[in-house]
Amino acid sequence: MNVDELAELAQTYRDEEAPLRHEVRVCMAASCQSSGAAPVHDALEKACADRGASCKVKGVGCMGLCSAGPLVAVADHGADLAHSTLYRDVKPEDAADIAASVDGVPVERLRCPTDQPFFARQQRIVLENSGVIDPESFRGYVAAGGYAALVKALSEMTPAEVVQEVIASGLRGRGGGGYPTGLKWSTVAKMSDVQKYVVCNADEGDPGAFMDRAVLESDPHRVLEGMAIAAYAIGANKGYVYVRAEYPLAVERLTTAIRKAKRSGFLGSKVAETQFAFEIEIRLGAGAFVCGEETALMASIEGLRGQPRPRPPYPAEYGLWGHPTLINNVETFANIAPIIRNGGAWFASIGTPKSKGTKVFALAGTIENTGLIEVPMGTTLRDIIEVIGGGIPGGKAVKAVQTGGPSGGCVPAPQLDIPVDYDSLKSLGTMMGSGGMIVMDETSDMVDVARYFMEFCMTESCGKCVPCRAGTQQMHGLLDRIARSQGTARDLALLEELCEVVQATSLCGLGQTAPNPVVSTLRYFRDEYERKLVPGD
Amino acid sequence: MALQQVRPTLPSDDKRWKLVNGTMRRNGYAGHALIETLHTVQDAFGYLDESSLRFVAGSLDLPLSKVYGVATFYHLFMLKPKGRHACVVCAGTACYIKGAGGLVDAVEHHFGVKPGETTGDDRLSVLTARCVGACGLAPAVVIDGNVLGKQTADGLVAKIGELR
Repeated sequence: MNVDELAELAQTYRDEEAPLRHEVRVCMAASCQSSGAAPVHDALEKACADRGASCKVKGVGCMGLCSAGPLVAVADHGADLAHSTLYRDVKPEDAADIAASVDGVPVERLRCPTDQPFFARQQRIVLENSGVIDPESFRGYVAAGGYAALVKALSEMTPAEVVQEVIASGLRGRGGGGYPTGLKWSTVAKMSDVQKYVVCNADEGDPGAFMDRAVLESDPHRVLEGMAIAAYAIGANKGYVYVRAEYPLAVERLTTAIRKAKRSGFLGSKVAETQFAFEIEIRLGAGAFVCGEETALMASIEGLRGQPRPRPPYPAEYGLWGHPTLINNVETFANIAPIIRNGGAWFASIGTPKSKGTKVFALAGTIENTGLIEVPMGTTLRDIIEVIGGGIPGGKAVKAVQTGGPSGGCVPAPQLDIPVDYDSLKSLGTMMGSGGMIVMDETSDMVDVARYFMEFCMTESCGKCVPCRAGTQQMHGLLDRIARSQGTARDLALLEELCEVVQATSLCGLGQTAPNPVVSTLRYFRDEYERKLVPGD
Repeated sequence: MALQQVRPTLPSDDKRWKLVNGTMRRNGYAGHALIETLHTVQDAFGYLDESSLRFVAGSLDLPLSKVYGVATFYHLFMLKPKGRHACVVCAGTACYIKGAGGLVDAVEHHFGVKPGETTGDDRLSVLTARCVGACGLAPAVVIDGNVLGKQTADGLVAKIGELR
């Protein structure tokens, strides 16, 4: 199959839908479903059928503004979110009014303006199809230009050219580490082993982060397409998606997508009618945060306890069952198709000199607009929180923003003007992480926040190395004493010393970063710790 | 000559064992199918008991110690049966900041069960989760698989009280 043939197929799929001019899109991602999207979908289907409205009711993925769910959008075919009429907090009783509005005037009482900064300031690349196409429809993905990048790579590019394009894009790993993706690909591509693997890390364990879940629930084929392109580039024939069992909807949609891609010839022994063969299997996690670490993740795929091992050797040389393995995060793979479609130079023109492209963030905590956003790298934190996020409810002031979850740190209010990119965040003692952003207002107790994260790391420590196993326990004990106003200056000194030891001597990322929230809150809010101290030793 | 390994017979004629066997067969009875198989056992029976662990170990030709090690390493696997209803309080960061701790305290105060425990009459198991991903609806609780957002302590206690 070549590019023109696929374009023709996409046109056929679009023509089939053309007689129905409008679409009524109901968000069927996990968050809106929790607020009752399924009954709304059914009521709308009935109401539209009753009226004989010239529209199709379609279940779509995440539209972003989770706090206003269930969300419903009325749009022309193929129109994006910004060019649709969006309704918030929709109930089944509203279905008749919305059905009537399809060919008439919008229902003002339910309107959620799409020209507000939350929508207008975003730039959607990873989420371009999210909230627009039906994630369970293979045809919908192809009609929106899906699999064009894979076909282009297979029919017009050599594997080396694909790697070169990813290098040129400047894409860096979206799981948090920020390692250059192109470099990783070229390392695995150079390995001479006949058996290689591609692994998608969808073990989104960082509490308060839901970017990967949203991508898998809203546009699963995009992840499969990215993995297939990667497999072609590095010479792999087998892929695994390691996904959390806590995300049943994402698993279900991914399973459907794999089945349909296989049936349509975009996965299997002859991908898109070429000699390239690639199979993908899903592996379920079982609730262990440490499995987000790549060597622990591989152990878990092999059916073992998810315990990390020292690196080197890196998975690129010695990965699954000892074979070279490429591991990337969901969002990284989701960026691949647009890069191949539009070229690495296009991608490199977005963002900052060292952090290219966009980043998806999950905004949560005490903030007006909770949900999912995608902005160019380099957007300031203040813009994200105060403009896009709509600020703090109840007129309270921002105190700090936690990025990077239990491995990251906080950015205090006076520093909110920093641009969000890998290196700027690092300079403030925190990290990009996978994209969770928890906003805390002036009433938050920072010592309590540090204790919360330490408790998390303590329970999630796999127990393999002593500094992490014993260190997190001791640090939690000290934090608990201080938080309960029973700690002394000596406890605080001991805590700081332990932070250094655990950081420097732990085996894997979990232990090495576990002290970060403590170090970071001590750096900016030391007075809060000191106020809680009692005299004595 | 390699010896043909003898696979154990099904522990009982319960049809659910066939599901378990199916998962192992699909994976060619390879040791790396262990976690997948334990998922199937738990989906079918609700928890992992000793007979199931022995059966899986024998079928996949793995030492029982390794199977037990994996079953206890992962938080999701339960070695004890759950109550008739399960209430999972999300303890993710967003929910924590919005008062998940208060929900856990209220449930403990009213029903006398801590997270990880089941009431004496087997009516209710209380668990905490590391983030159910419904941060937009914080604080969130999952009761018998249904996610309920923006919970208050009183509302949650009343809702659990209605479960039979």
